[in-house]
Amino acid sequence: MEWVNTILQGILLGGLYAMFAAGLALIFGIMQLVNIAHGDLIVLAAYIALLVTEALGLNPLLSLVIVVPVMALLGYLLQRGLLNRTLGNDLLPPLLVTFGLSVIIQNGLLELFTADSRKLQAGAIEVASIQLGGGLAVGILPLIQFVVAVTVIAALQWLFYHTALGRAFRATSDDQAVAQLVGLDNRHIFALAMALSLAVVAIAGVFLAVRANFDPTIGPARLIFGFEAVIMGGLGSMWGTLVGGIILGVAQTVGAKLDPGWNLLAGHLAFLTVLALRPGGLFPKVQQR
Amino acid sequence: MNVRVEHATPSSRVGLALSALTLVALLAAPLWADRQELRLLAEMYAYVALASLWNLLAGYGGLISVGQQAYVGLGAYLLFALSMLAGVHPLLAIPIAGLVAAIVSLPVAALIFRLRGHYFAIGTWVVAEVFRLLASQVSALQGGSGTSLPADIVLSIAPTRQLREFFIYWIALALMVAVVGGIVLLLRSRYGLALTAIRDNELSARSNGVDVARIKYVIYVLCALGTALVGALVFLQKQRISPDTAFSVNDWTAFVIFITVIGGLGRIEGPIIGTILFFVLRQSFADLGAFYLLMLGAVAIGVMLKAPQGLWGLLVERFGWQMFPLERRLVMNGERTLPGSIRAPTN
Repeated sequence: MEWVNTILQGILLGGLYAMFAAGLALIFGIMQLVNIAHGDLIVLAAYIALLVTEALGLNPLLSLVIVVPVMALLGYLLQRGLLNRTLGNDLLPPLLVTFGLSVIIQNGLLELFTADSRKLQAGAIEVASIQLGGGLAVGILPLIQFVVAVTVIAALQWLFYHTALGRAFRATSDDQAVAQLVGLDNRHIFALAMALSLAVVAIAGVFLAVRANFDPTIGPARLIFGFEAVIMGGLGSMWGTLVGGIILGVAQTVGAKLDPGWNLLAGHLAFLTVLALRPGGLFPKVQQR
Repeated sequence: MNVRVEHATPSSRVGLALSALTLVALLAAPLWADRQELRLLAEMYAYVALASLWNLLAGYGGLISVGQQAYVGLGAYLLFALSMLAGVHPLLAIPIAGLVAAIVSLPVAALIFRLRGHYFAIGTWVVAEVFRLLASQVSALQGGSGTSLPADIVLSIAPTRQLREFFIYWIALALMVAVVGGIVLLLRSRYGLALTAIRDNELSARSNGVDVARIKYVIYVLCALGTALVGALVFLQKQRISPDTAFSVNDWTAFVIFITVIGGLGRIEGPIIGTILFFVLRQSFADLGAFYLLMLGAVAIGVMLKAPQGLWGLLVERFGWQMFPLERRLVMNGERTLPGSIRAPTN
């Protein structure tokens, strides 16, 4: 029973990782950009939520109403003002610019908020749980987090395949030049994609901050978790990121149960194993070009 | 017809002469520099070497790694393990650490080369994280809290502190010269021609018969070797190691990338100029702490967007300088052709 519980916790944790991954997969799918600052943006969202909850006395989950639009706007401006200039055939500029951005965000947060660990307090809901019988219990908060993750991914999937914006995203992803010929403004489409990505980042950041302590330096590890979930799930598949996230979450909790020092290592090893055996991920949808 | 390829230009002759003079002065540094300056110089050599290796990897090979700290840390940990647990003399442990790291990099490369482009970059980072986590599991080296070299091992380098510092200084200088010199020689060979072709246009290099995949593999392993050598030496000088310092992404990758990008990517001289600039900035602004790093990130972004050829690239465009004889010019019957007018044969 103890093991079932461990795996259950891992699955719920996987929801959070899937949210890290979804934002990353979204922009990679549309503009082949890997945002190295992705993890730091998650942490930035957590700090914005901290400011909002402290200033307005809101519950952290309610702060999403403010944090999500703020991050989305930031994403739009970031893409329009900076990242669009780096896109092209050369891989190096987007990578180095987002790497620089990562260093800037991390050190900016250090200057503003110091290196102290912070946490968002969500009140009684943090310790509430549902008894499933047989000694199994599920925390309300992890459950909400998982449901939100599934909803976010379902929404992205729906947006991709059933809306005009999704059609524009897919068209730009397939062929930028032709998309422009039929009247799409790539710069605007890319900026919208980044806005959407950072909206997901905002949700992930708030849940991260409610769940555990955070400080300015934890961003890169979140980027790596998201990346591992994307690759394990298979590039180009939104539901794949959920599966990838769950595998990572389960590997980490099972690893931690065996030996506390094996928590992160087990996750990385799961990733490397998938990479060795199924380099296209478990659910490859789009062949990489 | 008498045909040969000439590499040197007037500016590269001046450059080589200046480099030789500088080298003599640097060799004699123990005569004119105090202990602090020697340490600073040795640290600069390490960064020139690391940045040159990263430049070879990214600037020429097109392999953008943000995980070279994997090999700095691996080299350093191997040095500590070999000297503390296996009783190998620390100076002998440096080359062994490099070789072992190169062997480790063979399967690592096979694995992460499955990732393309940007995802390759993050894959290298995962590898570095795995190495860091494994290092913190090694209880014989105090795991996560790290350990120091025992006094008897330190004494075995040289009996007096002064002599020890001179030794380490000279080894650092020799390592930098070997790395930069090795890269110059590599670039002058036919592999260099292939690498330069890959740098300029990977697709056309491939269609001209360059085995791009194999060359990238070799470059990755060579860079792992060099990076681990530098890592071993740096931590021999520090005499103290911990997983967080040995596998620090800031120290061994962020700084190295900024140095290369600001100095000039894809040019041998770039990392040298970049390192000098980086240390001048660091000596002047390091008190600012996090704000200094923030500034450095902003400068790197600015350079990448406005002058991607870097500082040395700007100088080359303006004056046509080159410090090392790397250009290829065809000389036919004693007469120089204009660069680009006739293509040099590849073999």
